[in-house]
Amino acid sequence: MIVFTELAQYVVNGLVLGALIALPALGLTLIFSVQGFVNFSVAAQMTVGAYAAWLAGSHLGWSPILMLLLAFAVPGALGVVTDRLALAPVRRQSGAHTALMLAVVSIALNLAIENALRFIFGSNLNNFDLPMERNLQVWGLSVGPQQLRNLVTALVIAVALAAFFSLTRWGKAMRAVADNTDLARLKGIEPRSLSNLATFIGMGLAGIGGSLLAIDTSVDPSTGSRLILVIFAASVLGGLTSLYGAVLGALVIGVAGEVAMIAMPPVYQSLTAFLAILVILLVKPTGLFAGATGVRK
Amino acid sequence: MTSYLLFIGTITAIYALLSLGLVVSWGQAGMVNLGLVGFFGLGAYCSALLTYIGAPIGFGWLAGAALAAAIGVAFCLLTRTLRGDYLAIVTLGFGEGLRLVELNERWLTGGSDGISGIRPPLKEALSDLYPWFYFTLAWAVVALAAWALSRILASPFGRALRAVRDDEKVAAVAGKNVLRLKCQAFGIGAALFGFAGALYAHFTSYISPDNFVIQLTIYIFLAVTAGGYSRLVGAIFGSLAVMTILESSRFAAEFIPGLSAVQIASLREFTIAVALIMIMQLRPQGVFGLRNERAGANASDGAPHATAVPATPN
Repeated sequence: MIVFTELAQYVVNGLVLGALIALPALGLTLIFSVQGFVNFSVAAQMTVGAYAAWLAGSHLGWSPILMLLLAFAVPGALGVVTDRLALAPVRRQSGAHTALMLAVVSIALNLAIENALRFIFGSNLNNFDLPMERNLQVWGLSVGPQQLRNLVTALVIAVALAAFFSLTRWGKAMRAVADNTDLARLKGIEPRSLSNLATFIGMGLAGIGGSLLAIDTSVDPSTGSRLILVIFAASVLGGLTSLYGAVLGALVIGVAGEVAMIAMPPVYQSLTAFLAILVILLVKPTGLFAGATGVRK
Repeated sequence: MTSYLLFIGTITAIYALLSLGLVVSWGQAGMVNLGLVGFFGLGAYCSALLTYIGAPIGFGWLAGAALAAAIGVAFCLLTRTLRGDYLAIVTLGFGEGLRLVELNERWLTGGSDGISGIRPPLKEALSDLYPWFYFTLAWAVVALAAWALSRILASPFGRALRAVRDDEKVAAVAGKNVLRLKCQAFGIGAALFGFAGALYAHFTSYISPDNFVIQLTIYIFLAVTAGGYSRLVGAIFGSLAVMTILESSRFAAEFIPGLSAVQIASLREFTIAVALIMIMQLRPQGVFGLRNERAGANASDGAPHATAVPATPN
């Protein structure tokens, strides 16, 4: 019985973590779906969001809602600006390898943003100075109140996104492009016109995810980069183009990573994620949940 | 000063070897390896550990190269049906994952302390001449690799490789075994990364996970794009250029007052990353540009080069 409770505790921790990973994974998937390339700078934008939240919360004393809005807007806007500055000129050189060139540029962009943050804020770990709170105990399981708040926040954002994608015109257009770019274009949707919006929302989601993770731990210039494999594993598990797949993938990766801690030291969480990528590519390369469009050559 | 220049010169040769590997897999075959630092580290640790238990140094170097090549081919096979982005993700993950193993498997790799006292070849016999010897050796390896690669890439194999890079479907229709060609090119690239790693480990006699971070991958990508990403001569030129930027910025930073060590380091990384972005935007063909690379019987009939006009890098 004790073993069962212990396992359940790992699963609960994994679900809480997975809900947070889901936000950047959604952002990555959204950008890949609409723009057709892997944008590695998602990791740095998570850190940007974390710093924005930290400045707003710890220095300016903003309320949590405003803090999260800032953690959405700053990386979103910075994402669009860097996309226009760094990636758009490369996108215009259409060629057989544009997608891969963009991936290379985006990883350089990731390094540039990370080092700009390190230049401004230094390498120190910054805490949010939240008051210590007692963990909640339910059926022998222990959950921190902040983790619970994070979980609720992630759920609210997921519901808002689902509404955006199924009710609004822009949301539907993006889903159409993600599902089948050629068909969408035939119907008069121009994927390029959606790319700014997709980048804004995608990087904003990464920023919120990063800030929620940082509230739970701390923020430093590598906050996002440390999690890059976990994010990619979630997205690959979902098939890189499926938004729902990314969420489910994040939950699976979150739980798998926590349960693996029974056998492996916690530092190997990223390694678990990498192994998950290898396994999924061996078993079902198109992702567990997705239709296969856009992934195969 | 001489010993400093010899040290930098030898490291440049190692960068040039890495760049040659990237030219083969990326420039000639169109496959992005974002984890080249992982293969570099694999070669370094493999050779360091093998020679530690008594293997000859030459065997350690070859084993490092072979192990890296095997892993490279395995990743290539794993992502064979998928878009090139997947190979990029998997190799990036490999680089990061390997670094975690290096950091945490202390019984094998010494953790963050690294491995010291890696056997240098012929150091006692040569004493004062040793830095000169290693410098010459490293550049000889680069010259040998460049010569061998230029032969390989000028052959029909090289032409088939470029056909795969430019359009896999057309190459497949023409009867080329696309998967095999890609695995070979990626394997050659990975082998060069592994060999460069082994060369590095025995040169500095000390390796730690800090030597194998993602920044190095960016340096090599910068070197290769600066020189023209499909050209062997561009790889060598590019690594010289990158090393010059890296080392001169070390001195330049001392003239900017009021910066902490962390800020100087981050400014350097930032500059390198922005330089890569700008070159890929402004002059993606690099200094040496694409060349009309023909192969076979008519290759030497003096065909004019398409865009071989040298230009200043932007």
